[in-house]
Amino acid sequence: MDKQKNVQELDEVVVRFSGDSGDGMQLTGTLFADASALFGNDVSTFPDYPSEIRAPQGTIGGVSGFQVHFGSRKMNTPGDYCDVLVAMNPAALKANDKWVKKGGIIIADVDQFNEKGYQRAGYKTFDAITELNLQDFKVIFAPITNLTKESLKDSGLDNKSIIRSKNMFALGMVYYIFDRPLSFTEKFFEKKFAKKPEVIEANKKVLHDGYNYAANIQAIPNTYKVKEATTLPKGKYRNINGNTATAWGLIAAAEKAGLPLFCGSYPITPATEILIELAKRKDLGVKTLQAEDEIAGICTAIGASFAGNFAVTTTSGPGLSLKSEALGLAVMTELPLVVVDVQRGGPSTGLPTKTEQSDLMQALWGRNGEASIVVIAASTPSNCFDYAFMAGKIAMEHMTPVMLLTDGYIANGSEPWKIPNMKDYPEIKPPIIHEGTEGYQPYARDEERLARGWAFPGKKGISHRLGGLEKDFIKGTVSHDPLNHQRMVDIRAAKVKHVQYFIPEQQVIGDPEGDLLVIGWGGTYGHLYDAVSEMRANGKKVSLCHFNYINPLPKNTPDIFGRFKKRVVCELNMGQFVNHLRMNFQEFSYLQYNKVQGLPFTVAELVDRFNQILEGK
Amino acid sequence: MEEQYMNYTPQDFKSDQEVRWCPGCGDHAILNAVVKALPEVSKQLKYNLERYVFVSGIGCSSRFPYYVNTFGFHGIHGRASAISTGVKVANPTLSVWQITGDGDALAIGGNHFIHAIRRNIDINILLFNNQIYGLTKGQYSPTSPLGAITKTSPYGTVEHPFRPGELVIGAQGKFFARSLDVDVKLTAEIMVEAAKHDGTSVVEILQNCVIFNDGAHDYIADRENRDDRVIILRHGEKMVFGKNRDKGLILSGLSLKVVTIGQGGFTLDDILVHDAYNPNPGVHMMLANMEYPDYPVALGIIRNVKDSTYDDNVRDQVLEVMKNAKIKSVDDLLNSGDTWEV
Repeated sequence: MDKQKNVQELDEVVVRFSGDSGDGMQLTGTLFADASALFGNDVSTFPDYPSEIRAPQGTIGGVSGFQVHFGSRKMNTPGDYCDVLVAMNPAALKANDKWVKKGGIIIADVDQFNEKGYQRAGYKTFDAITELNLQDFKVIFAPITNLTKESLKDSGLDNKSIIRSKNMFALGMVYYIFDRPLSFTEKFFEKKFAKKPEVIEANKKVLHDGYNYAANIQAIPNTYKVKEATTLPKGKYRNINGNTATAWGLIAAAEKAGLPLFCGSYPITPATEILIELAKRKDLGVKTLQAEDEIAGICTAIGASFAGNFAVTTTSGPGLSLKSEALGLAVMTELPLVVVDVQRGGPSTGLPTKTEQSDLMQALWGRNGEASIVVIAASTPSNCFDYAFMAGKIAMEHMTPVMLLTDGYIANGSEPWKIPNMKDYPEIKPPIIHEGTEGYQPYARDEERLARGWAFPGKKGISHRLGGLEKDFIKGTVSHDPLNHQRMVDIRAAKVKHVQYFIPEQQVIGDPEGDLLVIGWGGTYGHLYDAVSEMRANGKKVSLCHFNYINPLPKNTPDIFGRFKKRVVCELNMGQFVNHLRMNFQEFSYLQYNKVQGLPFTVAELVDRFNQILEGK
Repeated sequence: MEEQYMNYTPQDFKSDQEVRWCPGCGDHAILNAVVKALPEVSKQLKYNLERYVFVSGIGCSSRFPYYVNTFGFHGIHGRASAISTGVKVANPTLSVWQITGDGDALAIGGNHFIHAIRRNIDINILLFNNQIYGLTKGQYSPTSPLGAITKTSPYGTVEHPFRPGELVIGAQGKFFARSLDVDVKLTAEIMVEAAKHDGTSVVEILQNCVIFNDGAHDYIADRENRDDRVIILRHGEKMVFGKNRDKGLILSGLSLKVVTIGQGGFTLDDILVHDAYNPNPGVHMMLANMEYPDYPVALGIIRNVKDSTYDDNVRDQVLEVMKNAKIKSVDDLLNSGDTWEV
C-alpha cells in the first residue's frame, strides 16, 4: 500500500452513497456510519430513498441515497452538502451531483456509464462530466463492477451474488480515503452470514480489494483523518434511529408503569419499523397486533387500554386520517392511548418516503367535536426515546390520548446515543382503581390532574360502562343534559390544559434576549441549531426556541417571545405551528420560513434567511 | 365468596338503567335470554360477574351494554370487533361479548368482523339481524332481501344481501348458530354453548324491528307455522322437523333435500345426523344457507369446531419467547447489540 500519500486532518466530513434501489446503498451507508461511530466519531445519517421497492433499473426515480455526516465534534445534522459522493450508476450521479460541495470527490462506477446506463438515466450525451458541468469536481471513474467480478471470480458465488457485492468494493474505497478500520464491518459479515462462510469470505475480499484499489490509484492523492469526538460526554454509547428509539421509549413507559404494552398497528411507511421492533420485543412481554386496517389498529388499542394495558398505535399521516373517529372515542372515554404519527409528505399518499411536518393541524384538531388532546414532538433520533416515554407517562397519568409526532427524517436518521439508565427516568403512576373501591364513580376526578380513575375489567365491585355518548359528569352514565355537556367539554379541555403544570419550562438556546428568536418544533432541531450556532459565532444576536411540547404549550412561552425584537417560525409545512402560536399568543407578530420539498432544511438556506431578516429584508 | 359464580340469578346481570328500546322490539327478548344465560355460563365456567365485558358498536342493539350490569364498552360504528379483540388480547381471562347488528357488523364493520373470525379470537358475537337500519329510521341493510322497499330504496333494493352464516363460514368461522328473538329458551341455550366454545362464536339472532321492518321474520316466528318452517339442529341428532316431526333432510347429489318420512320410500334411517363438530364446512354451509320456502330455516348450533385461538397463541408465544430471553428489562435492551465507550 502506498503510504506516501498525504494525510489531511479534518473536523468533519459528509459522505453520500447513491445507487440504484437494488444496489444496497442503505446497508452501505449504515455500515459506514456504524464503523465511524464505533471508531469514536459523532455521526448523523439521512437515508433518502424512493417509495418504489425496485423502480426501473438505472432510472432517476430508482435512485436511493444514504448520507453520513461524521466528525470530531457533535453532529447535529446529516450535513447540507457532501464532500464525497459515491454514484453507482449514471442516474445516481445525475440525481445527486447538486449535493456535492464544489471541489468535492465523486466516485463513479465507470462500468455502468455505458450507452444503456446513460439512456436510462435520461442523459442527452454520453459525457457526464460536460453535461453535468462537473469540471470543478474530482471525479474518479473506477471500474467497480468489473473489479468486483475479477475479485470474486474464484469465490464460487453465482454471477448475481457477485455483482451484488459491488457496494462493498465502493465501501472499501471510501474506508481507504477516510482511514477507517475494516474490522467493524468484517464483524458484521461474520454475524450476518454466520451460516454461509463463503459469503463472509467473499464480502471481506471485495471490501479489502476496494480498499487496496483506492490505495493504489493515483487519482486519490490524499487520505483524510477525522479524529474521535472528544467533546461527547463520557459513557457507553450505541447507535439508534428514531423509530427504534420510539419503540423502546414506549416499552420503557410500560415497564415504569408496571403494565403490559399493547400495540395495535397497520404497516405504513415510514412508521412500520416501530411495529417491527415492538414485534421483536416479545422477550419483554410486548403484545403486537398487526390489524386489518388503521381503524382496527387504534380500536384494538382502545380496547386494550380499557382492559388495563398501556396501549399504543403507530402510523403516518394517511393512517392518522383513518384513526380520527376512534381518537375522538378515546377522548370521550378518557382512556390512556399513545398515537405515534411519523409524518411524511402529504396530502393523500403524497411522498411516502420523504419528510414533512404537515400533520400538525391534523394532530391538534383532526376530530369531530371539541376534542383536545396532548400533542408532543420528538426532535432528534435519540430523543424519540424520551418523548415516547413522556407520551406514555402523560397518557397514563392524565388519562388522555397523547399524539407523539416524529417525522421520516428523524425516524430513519440515526446517531450515537449515550445509553441512559432507567433509574434516571421518572416514575409513572396511573390512577388505577383498586378492586372493591367503595363508591367508585367512573368519572370522578383527582383535583391535581383532573384525571378520572382507570378501572380494569376483571376487578370486583367496580364494573362500569364507557362509550362514545356524552357522559354524566360523575357517574359516567349517558347524559344528554345541556349543562352537563358544557361542563364535560370544559373539563376535558381543562384536563389537557393542566398538563402544562407537569411539563418542563421551555428553554432557550443562546441568550435570553436579542434581535431574532428562531422558533421551531420537532425534527428540524439539528438544522436550526447549527444555523443559529453559526450566526452566533459570527456575533449575531440570535437565539433558538425549539418546542417539543406542542399542546399544551409550556407556560413560560410568552415570557420568552417577548424578549426578542423579531420572531421567525421555521417549519417543513406552510405555517401550521406559526398559526398555533398566533392562536395562543396573539400579542406577538411572527415571521415565517416554510419549505415543503420532502427534504429537511439546509443550514445554509436558514442562515441566509435569518441574515436577511436581521438586515430588515 | 369464592363460589359466587354458583349463585347468580338473571337479576344480578340487569343494570339499573332504563331500557329504552321501542315497546315490542325483539331486543327485549334477547336481553332476557342473555341475563338468563349468564348465570348458567357462570356456573359452568366458574366465572364471577366481573369477568364479563360487553362491547358494542352503534345501532339500536349496541345500546345493550348499558343494560347489563357488567363491564361495558359502547364503541363507534362498526368497530366493536376490533375493540373486543383489543380487550381480549389485553386480558385473555375476560369473557368478552360483542353485541352488534346487521349494519354494524356486516356493512361498516364488515372488515373487522371477518378478521376477528379469521383470527379465531375467543369472543362471543351476538349479531342481531333485523334486516333494516333502525336507529337511522328505516334504510335498507346488507341483509335486506333483494327488492326490499325501504326509505332509501323506494323502488326496491337492487343489491344482493349477505347471508351471515355464509360469510362467517367463508371467513373460516368455527362456531355459527342461529336463533329467533322470540325463542328465549333456545337463544339462552345457544349462548351458553357459544360461551363455552373457545374461539370466535357468532350467534345470528333473527330479530324483529317493530317500527321499521315489522314482521320481517313472521313467516318463521309465528307459532302457527314455526315448526314446519324451521329446523332446530342439535349435534348428534337426526335433522327432523315439522309439527308432526315427519320431515327431514337428506343429501341428494351435492345438495340437501327435504323429504317426508314414510313417503317416497324414505325412512328415518335416511335422514342426516347433524355433526356440528365436523371441520369440513360443506354441509354446515348448506345448512346455514337454507331459505324458506325451499327449505326450513336452520336454527341452533350449525357449526362448532375446535381450533387454536388467537388470544391463546399470542399468550403462548410471548411466554415462550420470554422463557428463553436474554433481554429481561429495558436496561438490558438499551445495552444490547453493538456499544462502545467514550
